[in-house]
This record gives sequence, C-alpha cells and structure tokens, in this order.
Amino acid sequence: MENKEMNQQTDMAAFHEETKAQESKNTSTVVKKHNSILTADKLFVVCNTLFMILFVVVTLYPVLNTVALSFNEGTDAVRGGIHLIPRKFTFKNYSVVLHMQNIITGAVVTVARTVIGTLLALVANALLAYIISRKEFLFKSQLSLFWVITMYVNGGLIPVLLLYKSLGLTNSFWVYVIPGMVSAFNVLVMRTYMQGLPEALEDAAKIDGAGYMTIFVKVVSPLCKPVYATVALFVAVGQWNSWFDAMIYNRMKTEYTTLQYELMKLLSSVMQQSGSATSMNTANAATVTPVTVRAAATVITMLPIICLYPFLQRYFVAGLTIGGVKE
Amino acid sequence: MNRAKKEKKMKTPITKKELMKQKVLLFWSAIFVVYGLIFYYVPLGGWIMAFQNYKPKTGLLHSKFVGLGKFKFLFEDQTFLKVIRNTLGMGVLNLVCTFVMAILFAILLNEIRSNKGKKTIQTISYLPHFLSWIIVTGILHDALSANGIINELLVNLHIIDTPISFFSIPQLFWPIVAFANVWKETGWNAIIYLAAITSIDPSLYEAAAIDGAGRWAKIKYITLPGIRPTIMILLLMNIGNVLNAGFEIQYLLGNGLIKNVSDTIDIYVLTWGISQSDYSLGTAAGIFKSVVAIILIVVANYVAKRSGEERLF
Repeated sequence: MENKEMNQQTDMAAFHEETKAQESKNTSTVVKKHNSILTADKLFVVCNTLFMILFVVVTLYPVLNTVALSFNEGTDAVRGGIHLIPRKFTFKNYSVVLHMQNIITGAVVTVARTVIGTLLALVANALLAYIISRKEFLFKSQLSLFWVITMYVNGGLIPVLLLYKSLGLTNSFWVYVIPGMVSAFNVLVMRTYMQGLPEALEDAAKIDGAGYMTIFVKVVSPLCKPVYATVALFVAVGQWNSWFDAMIYNRMKTEYTTLQYELMKLLSSVMQQSGSATSMNTANAATVTPVTVRAAATVITMLPIICLYPFLQRYFVAGLTIGGVKE
Repeated sequence: MNRAKKEKKMKTPITKKELMKQKVLLFWSAIFVVYGLIFYYVPLGGWIMAFQNYKPKTGLLHSKFVGLGKFKFLFEDQTFLKVIRNTLGMGVLNLVCTFVMAILFAILLNEIRSNKGKKTIQTISYLPHFLSWIIVTGILHDALSANGIINELLVNLHIIDTPISFFSIPQLFWPIVAFANVWKETGWNAIIYLAAITSIDPSLYEAAAIDGAGRWAKIKYITLPGIRPTIMILLLMNIGNVLNAGFEIQYLLGNGLIKNVSDTIDIYVLTWGISQSDYSLGTAAGIFKSVVAIILIVVANYVAKRSGEERLF
C-alpha cells in the first residue's frame, strides 16, 4: 500500500518536473499547450466512445445472432445472411429441442446438480472457513496449509478417474457434487470475510454460553450473507456450465447426462456436417437443421444465467475483490 | 510461517483443557482432513502409476515397475513435444492478450464520464464469462463459418473473394483461441483493475489537472502506476495457470487438419489415458504438467521477490 503511493508520488514528481521545465522554457506557449490538451482530450473521448461501442457490439452480436438463428427456419438459415432478426420466423427449433428426451433429462440433472451441489458446497466451505477463521483454534495454520496445497497440486485426470471408480462415484449422480465440494479458493474468500467481522458479537454470544456451532449458525452466518451469495454464485455457475465430468465419468449413463454435455453433442454434429443442409432426423425434418436446433438449445441453456447475473453483480464484484487481496 | 507458529504457541498452548474446549472444531477439522486426503491427496499417490506398467487387473500394488521408462517414451515422442509447444504457446499468447485487454478495458471504461453508460457497458462486459465454453465455441463456430458474419464482412469489404475456412488453417488457430479468451474474459478480468483504480486517491488527479495534465498524462502517470501492484500480483497468480489454459476450446474445435497446432497436454492425457487406456503414460504426462506449473509459480515468485514487487508467498 505504502509502496504504491510512493510510486505514484515519484511518478507525479517526474511529471511536475517535466511540465515545469517546459513552462520555464517558454511561458507564452502555455495557453497554446492548454488548448492542444483540450483537443487531444476531445479526440480521446471520441476514440474511447468508439472503442466502447465496438466492444459492446462484438460482445452482444454473437449472442443475439444465436437468438435470431434459434427462431429461424433451419433450411432457410443455411443460406446465411441472418443477423439480428429471423428471416423466416418459427418456433419449430424449440419444439424439436423440447421433445428430445436427452435434453429434458439433461435439464433435470443440471438443475438438480446446481441446487444440491451449491447447497453442499456452501455448507462445507462456510464451515471450514469458520474453523480456520477462529483465532484460538489450535491447528489453524496447519489446516490452512493442508488446503492451500490443494490449490497448487493435483493428481491429474487418470489417478482421479481411478479413485472415483474405486469409490463407486462413476456412473452415478454423486460424482457431480461430492468431489468438488470443498474449494480452497472459496474457503479463503470466506475466511477473509469472517476475519473482518466484529468480535464483540461473538464474545457476547460466548458469555451467553453459546458453543462454536451455535455461534457459526446464529451469529456468523447471518453476517456472512454477502460472501455466501458470492460463493454460491461461483459454484452454481460452475455446476451449470460443466460437461466434462458428464463425458468422462457418466458417459454410459444417459440418465445422468447434463444440459451442457447434450449441447456439446449437438455442437459436434453441427461441426461434422459443417455448412451442409442436412436436415435432422425428426418429424420436422423438412425445416430444422443441426445449426438452428443447436441455437435453440444454446438459448435455453444460457437463458437462466443471462436473466440472473445482472442482479447478482455486486456480489461477484465484492467476492473477486476479496479474493484478489491476498494476505 | 515460523513466526505464526511461535505466536500461536504463546497464545494458546495445546493443553488437554483447550483440546476439550475446541472438541467441536477438532471433530469437524478431522472430517475435512479425511475428505481432503481422499479427494486431493490420494490421487497424488496414483503418481506411482507413472513409474509402472499399470494394468487395471493387477492394480497399483502388483503392477510391474518400469522406472522412468514412460517418461523416456514421452520425451522421445514427437507428438508430445509438439503438444508441449502448443500448450505453452497458446497459454502465453492467451495470458498476454487477456491481460493487456483487461487492463486497457478497465482504464478506458474508467474514463467514461457518464455513470449510467459505465454501468451498462460493464454489465454487458461480464456476460460472456458466464457462458460455458461449449456455448462460446458454438458461437465462434457460427461467426467464423462459411456464411458467418466474419466471412460476410470480409467479402463485402472486398478483402477476400471467397469465404475463408477458418478452422482448417493451422496458422489461424492460436489467434482464434486467444480471441475467444479475450472475448470471454475481458470484462470479468477488468473487475479487479476497476476496483484498484477506484482506490487511487482522487486528489492525485486533481493535482495533475491543475498542472495541466491531459487524459493520457493522467493515465500514464497516475492510473497505471496506481494499479501496478494489482497487475503484478495477478500476473503471478496466472503464470502458474499458463498450462491450464488449454483444454476445452482446443478439444471442441480441434480437427484432423489442425491437430498439429491445436492438441494440448490435457488432450494428450485424455487420448492416451482414456481412449488408449495407457493409464501410466497419461499419468506421466499429467505429472510433467504439474511439475512445470509448480516450477513456473516458484520462479515467478522468486523473480518478483528479487525485483521488489509484491509476491504470493
């Protein structure tokens, strides 16, 4: 912190000297210089505005284009040229997607893993963070180190796969929620927040005879709602978006497929027949193609997140800022 | 570490009474240690496989040891060397591009005067971060396909005559991956820089304005030095992740034509370990990745320490 300010001060000093030297050389150019700064500033504002417009367009266009494609007739979409508005409007892509058994199963599993996984992770991470945030806890630093190490070293894909196999976690729903339950990063974020809570409240509860668990549930947790929300958001987004575990551990079990994994299969089918007008093998074969069906499935998959994230902004901004400030 | 231990010992010595008092904490700690041992430390024991000719039938205890044989095979395998090059190449390219873009975006967004405009742009900028790589890859595939927007623009601007088949040109793959990473993470990564910029003392800007500093001068002499510690610490945290930058998008977009430049260590592990069932070779490649990652972190931390920058540990 101090270092940072020092840096700024020296930089400022350099700047002062630079300008002063210029000023003493020729005082009459000061007014001119001021004017040139103004024009430079105006140019800057114009360029900056253009940059931001470009940024917004590049960010939003592909997403909106997918929405447009999802409402367009498949065989018509193959001709290209669809941008933000569908050319031949239809709901067929959606009705095809919603009649795919795999997608429905995937949606149910994805919702289940997001809800159960987030709840389990929240309880586990909060409890561990609470334990290592207790100043008087005897093995505080050892337990912290034990978990910090897991952030940097991991066994890798194959040993993990063999472990899950021997624990009977493969071909089961639990592989989605049990192994990733505790994350050292989230624990550190929560611990930092808990350490900042006023001690007086806990002391008061202790005098009333409350034990550790009572304090955790009744005193600390209500105060930690913002950081709980942050971690819940991180975990929920991770759960909603994961597909690799479904592919590796539950490939044979279609009843445990996830939305993203089904989307991935649709994507592969699009890539294989890239550009061609091959229609889907369904009752609506005449009008839908893999491209438009994939677009519809994409929209369904991203809709919940897009609707929710703007309202959770302050939580993830706060969480990232806590996480970034390491001790 | 040492000092922390001493302080703790002075404060609360391990006595029977204290242990009894903390029995609930100890109980739950034990459960977390068991959980951690099973899911994070037991797989490390699986590293033994890399030194064996592991067969699922005989198991870890009875498989034949082959010493460094698997590693020798790895480093004599031309594919593996290419895979290392691709992982490092894409990792570094992604790191540099996403870093520069996030800082640039944060600084420029901070210069937007309208608060409402700033908020709106920022909200939009987070959006891609929440989309899965599957969705991003799909979107990218649409945009770069023969009748996608990019080809349409290029043809209409007469830069090219016929649509380019982007995913079959090896030279274009790394830049495409870097662009996808920039598209997805710029807004998200900028959050932390924006927070750092807000914490810069406003009086510095006022003083600069009095001295006649324009916008560029303020950015150069106040904003950039102000977020320098944040930049350094994030750089350190991300250097260890350079090797992790390569799986999903490469796996999803890679095809026979560009395999040479798109396959990464993770994909190599997946191909050998899962598809070919050579568990030992897959594990060996995974170990190589872990070791390189740890070396990168330690070296980066050391360099930061020597040059008086902030550091991780």
